Amino acid sequence: MLRHAELNDSNDRIEVLDLRDENCPFTFIKTKLKLEEMKKGEELKVIFSDEVTARDVAKSLTSEGHEVLEVLEIHGAQLKGIDGWMLRVRCGR
Amino acid sequence: MSDIILTQEQIKRYARQLIMPEIGGKGQVKLLKSKAIVVGAGGLGSAAIQYLAGAGVGKIGIVDGDSVDITNLQRQTIHAGNLGMNKAESAAKFVKTLNPDVEVEVYPENVNVNNVRDIIREYDVVVDCTDNFPSRFLLNDACVMEKIPLVHSAVLRFIGEIMTIVPDSACYRCVFPEAPPPGSVPSCQEAGIAGVATGIFGVMQATEAIKLILGLEILENKMLYADLLTMEFDLIDIRKDRNCPVCSGKVKDLQEESYVETCRIE
Ligand SMILES: [Zn+2]
Repeated sequence: MLRHAELNDSNDRIEVLDLRDENCPFTFIKTKLKLEEMKKGEELKVIFSDEVTARDVAKSLTSEGHEVLEVLEIHGAQLKGIDGWMLRVRCGR
Repeated sequence: MSDIILTQEQIKRYARQLIMPEIGGKGQVKLLKSKAIVVGAGGLGSAAIQYLAGAGVGKIGIVDGDSVDITNLQRQTIHAGNLGMNKAESAAKFVKTLNPDVEVEVYPENVNVNNVRDIIREYDVVVDCTDNFPSRFLLNDACVMEKIPLVHSAVLRFIGEIMTIVPDSACYRCVFPEAPPPGSVPSCQEAGIAGVATGIFGVMQATEAIKLILGLEILENKMLYADLLTMEFDLIDIRKDRNCPVCSGKVKDLQEESYVETCRIE
C-alpha cells in the first residue's frame, strides 16, 4: 500500500489520506482527526475502498460542520494508481 | 493540534468517544493532559475512578486511608479481590489494569487541615467522594482557597445530591453553611446505603469532572437531587451567598476548629 506522503498531489497541494484498509468507525475517526489538525477552509482528499463507506463518512463529516465537496469513484489513472472512492472535503471548523 | 499525538492504540481505545463532536481528538488530548484527584475510594469513588480511568484522564490521584473490608464490597466494586488492602492502593491496581495511559498517584491517608491543600494543589479537578461532613467542608474550603474546581456528591439510602463548584460559583458552604448537629442525621451505618446509589452518583461525578476538563456545561450554581426509589430528579438553582465566609474570600486559611461538629466558621 502507498504511504500518505507518496499520495500527496504536489500540483494542487491538497493532502490525500488513504483509508482503504480501515473499517468503520476508524474510516470516520481518522478523517476527523486529520481535519482537526487542519485550518478552516483547507481541503482534504480521502480515499475509501467502497462507495458505502465514502458516503457514510461524508454524512458524519457534514453533521460535524465540514463541507463535503464531492464523492466520486476514482481509477488508477487519475490518482497515482489508486482505485477506490474519493471524498473531497473542506475543513469547516 | 497540540503536543500529544494519539497513537494507533489510543485511537482504538478511545474510538467511541473520539467519534463524538463534544470530544474528538482535541478533547481526548485535553483528557490525557488533565489531572483529577478523587478523595475517598469508597462507594462514590469506586464508580468515579473507573470511568475517569476509562475515559483516559491522564493522571488520577486517589486518597484513602482505610483498607478494604467485606462490608464495603456491596457498593465498592473496584476493590474486588483486595480484602485488607489499602483502598487507594486497591483502586490504583484496577486503574493500571484497565488503562495503562493513566498515571496513578496513591495517597494512603485521609485528608486533614494540614495536608489537604498540598495534596490537591497540582490537580485540575477534585472529586469529593468522602462520607462525612468535616471532610466535605474541608475539601470545599480548600478548593475555594486553591481555586480548584470541585465535584461534590453525597448519598444516603436511595437518595443523592451532586453539585460542581468552580471559582466564583456558589460553593458548598453557600448551600450548607454548617453540618447538621451530630446525632440529628443518621450515619451510613444506621441508615443504610444502596450500592446502586453510590454507583449512579459516582458516575455522575466522573461525568462532571470529564465535562469540566472538556469545557462543557456543568452543574455550576445548580444542585441535582435525586430519589432513586421514585426516580424523581430535581435540578435546583442555587445562589452564591455574599456573606459566605469562604467563597467571599474572608477566610483565607484552614483552621482546625472549623472541621469539628457542625463545621461552622464564625
Ligand atoms: Zn460559598
